[in-house]
Parts: sequence; structure tokens; C-alpha cells
Amino acid sequence: MTARGRHRLLPYLLLLPGVAWLLLFFAVPLLQLAAASLYDPGGSLSTGYAMTWAFGNYPDALRAYWPQFARSFMYAGAALALALLMGYPLAYAIARKAGRWKNLLLVAVVAPMFTSFLVRTLAWKTILSDNGWLVGLLRDVHLLGPDGRLLATPVSVVLGLTYNFLPFLVLPLYASLERLDPRLLEAAGDLYASPAQTFRRVTLPLSRPGLVAGTLLFFIPATGDYINAELLGTPNEYMIGNVIDSAFLVRLDYPQGAALSFLLMAAILAAVFGYLRRADPSQGVL
Amino acid sequence: MNGMVNESPGGDLRLDGLTKRFGRITAVDGLDLTVAQGSFFALLGPSGCGKTTTLRAVAGLEEPTSGRVLLGDRDITRLRPHRRPVNTVFQSYALFPHLNVHENVAFGLRRRGIRSVDAEVARMLALVRLDGFGPRRPAQLSGGQQQRVALARALINQPQVLLLDEPLGALDLKLRRQMQVELKRLQIEVGTTFVQVTHDQEEAMTMADTVAVMNAGRIEQLGGPADIYEYPATAFVANFLGQSNLLAAEAAGPAGSEVPVTAHGARFSVPADRARADRGAVHLGVRPEKLHLAGTDAGLPAGHQHVAGVVTDASYVGVSTQYLVRTAWGGELSAFVANSGLGGQLPIGASVVAHWDPRHAFLLPREPGHGDRAAGRLDAPVGAAP
Repeated sequence: MTARGRHRLLPYLLLLPGVAWLLLFFAVPLLQLAAASLYDPGGSLSTGYAMTWAFGNYPDALRAYWPQFARSFMYAGAALALALLMGYPLAYAIARKAGRWKNLLLVAVVAPMFTSFLVRTLAWKTILSDNGWLVGLLRDVHLLGPDGRLLATPVSVVLGLTYNFLPFLVLPLYASLERLDPRLLEAAGDLYASPAQTFRRVTLPLSRPGLVAGTLLFFIPATGDYINAELLGTPNEYMIGNVIDSAFLVRLDYPQGAALSFLLMAAILAAVFGYLRRADPSQGVL
Repeated sequence: MNGMVNESPGGDLRLDGLTKRFGRITAVDGLDLTVAQGSFFALLGPSGCGKTTTLRAVAGLEEPTSGRVLLGDRDITRLRPHRRPVNTVFQSYALFPHLNVHENVAFGLRRRGIRSVDAEVARMLALVRLDGFGPRRPAQLSGGQQQRVALARALINQPQVLLLDEPLGALDLKLRRQMQVELKRLQIEVGTTFVQVTHDQEEAMTMADTVAVMNAGRIEQLGGPADIYEYPATAFVANFLGQSNLLAAEAAGPAGSEVPVTAHGARFSVPADRARADRGAVHLGVRPEKLHLAGTDAGLPAGHQHVAGVVTDASYVGVSTQYLVRTAWGGELSAFVANSGLGGQLPIGASVVAHWDPRHAFLLPREPGHGDRAAGRLDAPVGAAP
């Protein structure tokens, strides 16, 4: 082979490991899952499944579990709103005001990731428990009734989601705020923009890439999450992830689990594309 | 209008004892300065001399440690930047990358709640010769075009004072020349007070009516470019604005209309009205282009004073040839000789006599112990660049 020919092949050779990995562990299982979603729903793990192209699995699954679907998006949306309220100021402060504390604060944001997701969520179970200090405090100041509780309510699930996925929102936001040229903020002030106007007209639009990335990184895993609802909620707070989990691991209803998985994927993709279209920087609206 | 100070006829910009300290460093040290309304004023100095800090204090981007900033009779020292009738052209332009040229230029008007901006934006873009560039993004423009957008974005607000922070620093030489002319034309056209910060003496001299040479937080000299160049007040100015040969000399007071001095055993004299100091330790200064070189001391023009030496270096720069002449006491003089004659270059090693008209010399105070201050070695002098 000529040197030139080798040269031309090199990029493909470099791609090979990644492509092989994706084919083996993403494309093949995905096809398998797609196939499973169309199996005869009457089958079972012990008797075996027959491929009957049962498209009816989809409407059936949606009919049975639409409340969990809606709940997933509501909880993830509420958690996202909370995370934005906390995360934007946090990212802004770390990026622009923290000075020499910047790296320490960044480590603090990421530090919880050093422990397992499960352990962190179990810790929240303690924090939110009925005889924990937080509930006690809220009862004392009458924000909660004497029998009021946090654990096993939608509130605890949303708080858990917010906490667990906050770093995914903060880090990309931090990165784009950190890059923001302070001279642009001075220029805005020089051109009669009050601090609030400077934020609205310069800081916010220029942090949009981080905002979009962070929102997606937060929202997508939060929507599909089931650990928080499992540990901090009750079946009344179950999200679609819990249903899929039980379909595969408890009820062993593979066709339904697979159909629900695809429905969730489709819903998230639709939401993401809708969001990205709106957030397209060339459109000039957030 | 957002509670902004109204654009009443402004008046002069005055700095009154302006001081700014950063920790233990004094960036601006009790600056008193008046910039006449409608003038083109340049703050000239090396980096770190406090000129940019001064400008930022006027813009409101830096709060002075003490002292006042006045516009006409109004004290604007504590006014937030967005409430000052002052706009800035930033060193790196600081154009908003997410807005197109039209919206960049309209930014100031919009923030003051002015709705219909299109006509005014178009007029400003025409003024800076960027008609039709409105829909473009700053990233799609060349450096010179970005510079003009920054100018239009500031000027559209009709500020009482326009501040320019090294406005041409990022441009290449040719474009810089062109923009110097443009800026000067614009300033005359709009009649706004321009205050420019620059470390480029040529830029300051070609554009400004009045130049303040700053050093270490203070103004060393203030005046018209020609006045400062022809009769510098300090050794710093003599070598920052152009170059000078400064000989360590001793003076013993004026004698008539002359001040006789002794330098390195030789006697010279300088007209009394060109002596900043006439007693004790002084510098005798002569600009390199005012030194003439002759073969012998016979037949020098009447009244000229002279020093003998040997050519040690010659560099041809087109309009002139720049020579270094080593004197008998070991010092070096710099002489720029216009290439207007037919004679060739003097060879290195040639014995020459450097002579000058004493009316071109000047005397500056010298701290005892300081010796000669040679002109910078063969840098491009003012007005002699290719």
C-alpha cells in the first residue's frame, strides 16, 4: 500500500474502536430493545416471547402509565426550575466573584460526585425524615403542620432530583460565564445599561450556550431517573423510570418495559429538539 | 431617560487632585487637569504611567481614591458609569459578539428607551463609512471596521466627552495612519471633546491639539505637540516624545540673554528663554535631527556650537541616515542627517564635528549624579519613519 493510501485510511482506523464500541453496546442492544417492544405481550420469560409485531404495546403502555409519564416531566421540570434559581447565581458567583476561592468552590460543587448516587440519595432520606432536624425546624416555624412531612412527598422527590443533578447544570454554566469578557460588561455600563439591563442584554445572552447545555444535561437524566422517587417517594410519586424498572426486574414484562423505554426516549428527544429550536442563538430568543 | 444626567451644554472636563491607589501602588497621583470643551486631548505615556486609570476614572469604571472629576460645574466623581454623559471606545473595542453591527451601535440609544433608532444608526454608520454593514456580526469585520463600529457605538450617544483607550493600538501601521486621519476628521465634524490615551507619541502628536505627557501617575508636561517637542520640560519628556541628546552640564546662572554651561570640559551656551534651569546640575539637550555633521570645524555656520567625534554607527532609513558619534569623553551622540544632498554616507570611523544652532538647544534640570542621557539607539524618530 502506498504511503498516500495509508494516509487516507488513517482517519477511519482512528474511528474504528469507537464505532465498534457503539455498534456492540449501543446499536445492537437498541435494536434488541426495539424488537422486544414488539413481542407478543402474552408471552413471558419462562415460556418465551414470540415476535408478533405487536405495535399495540405502545398505546397500551401509554394508557396504563401516562400519569407516571406526566409526573416524570413535571418533577424534572420543577427540579430544573429550582436548579436554575440556585445554579445560575452559584455559577455566576464562582465564575466572576470568587477570586482565589474559585477552584475550591468548583471542587465543592463536584465533591458529592465522589460518593455514590445511592449513598447521596439515602443521605437525603435522613435529612428529610420525619424526626430529622429539617422537618423539626419547618414545623417550629409553622411552615409545616404538626403532622406535616417532607419524606414520601413530591417535594422530597423534586428536592432529591435538584440536588443530584445540580452539578450538571452548574458546570457548563460556569464554563460559559467564566469565558465572558468583563470588558463587555464595562462597555454595557458605559453605554447606559444599568446593572440589571447589563445582565439581561449581555450576560444572559452570552451565557446561553452554557445554559442550554446545562439544562439538557440536567433535564434528560432527571426525567429518566427512578432512584429519587424510589428512595424519597412512595408509589404515588413514582416516575416513568420506576415503571420501566419494575417492568424489567419485577413484573418481567419485557415487551411493556421496552415499549415504555422507547416512548420515554421519543418524548425526551421531542422535548430536546423543541427546546434547541427555540434556543437557537441565531433566533435571538431564549 | 433613566435619571441620567441631562445633556446640558457640558463645558470643560476638569480633574481636581485625582488620585487612585491600588493597594500600595499609586497609579494616579494628585492629577489636576483641564480639558477644554471640543478639544482633542491626548494622555501620552509609557504603560503603567496611570493614563488608562485616569481615563477609567472619567468613565466611572474606576473609583478614585480621592479627588474629583468635573464636567462643566457638575461633579460626576461618584456617578455610576451608566449615568455619565461620557462614552468610551475601548482598547479591544469590546463589541457585543451576540449582536450585529446595527444593534451594537443602537445599544446606548435603546438603553435610554429610545425606540426608533434606525435613522440615527444609519447616519452614524455612514459617518464612520460603514454603510450597509448593519446586519453583520462583529466577528465578520476586520480590525479597522470593528474599530469604527466601536466609534459609532460611542458617538451615537452624543457624549459630552468621548474617551478613547489606545483606540488604534490593535491596528497595523498603515491602517493606523488612515484611522488617525479619520478620527481627526470625525472629531472636527462632531465637535465633541475627545480624550485619547496612547503610548504612541506619533499618534498623540498627529491627532491631538493638546498633549499631556504622563509618567508615574503625574503629568510631566502639558501643551501643544510642537511646543512640547521643541522645548521639553523634563528629561523624561525629552526622550519619550521623540529622542534627545542630553549632556550632563553645569550652569552658573544666566549671563545676559544667554546661559553659559560647561559640559565635559567644553563651554556652550543656550538662550535664556530655552533654559528650564540655569544654575547647578543641568542637562544640555539637542534633538538628533538638529545636530549637523561636518568634516572639520572650519567653516561652521556663524554662532553654531560644536563637539568633535568619530562615527561609530550609521543606519540608512530612507528619509535620513542616523549616525552615532562617539565624543572625546566617550559619550555617544545621535544625529539624524536628512538624505537631501548628493553626498554619500559617512563611513564608520570617520572623524566628524557635530554642530548645532544654540537656539535649538535647551537646558533641563538634572539630578546631581546623573550623567549623559543618550538618545535611544537609532529608533525611528518622529516624522522620519519610512
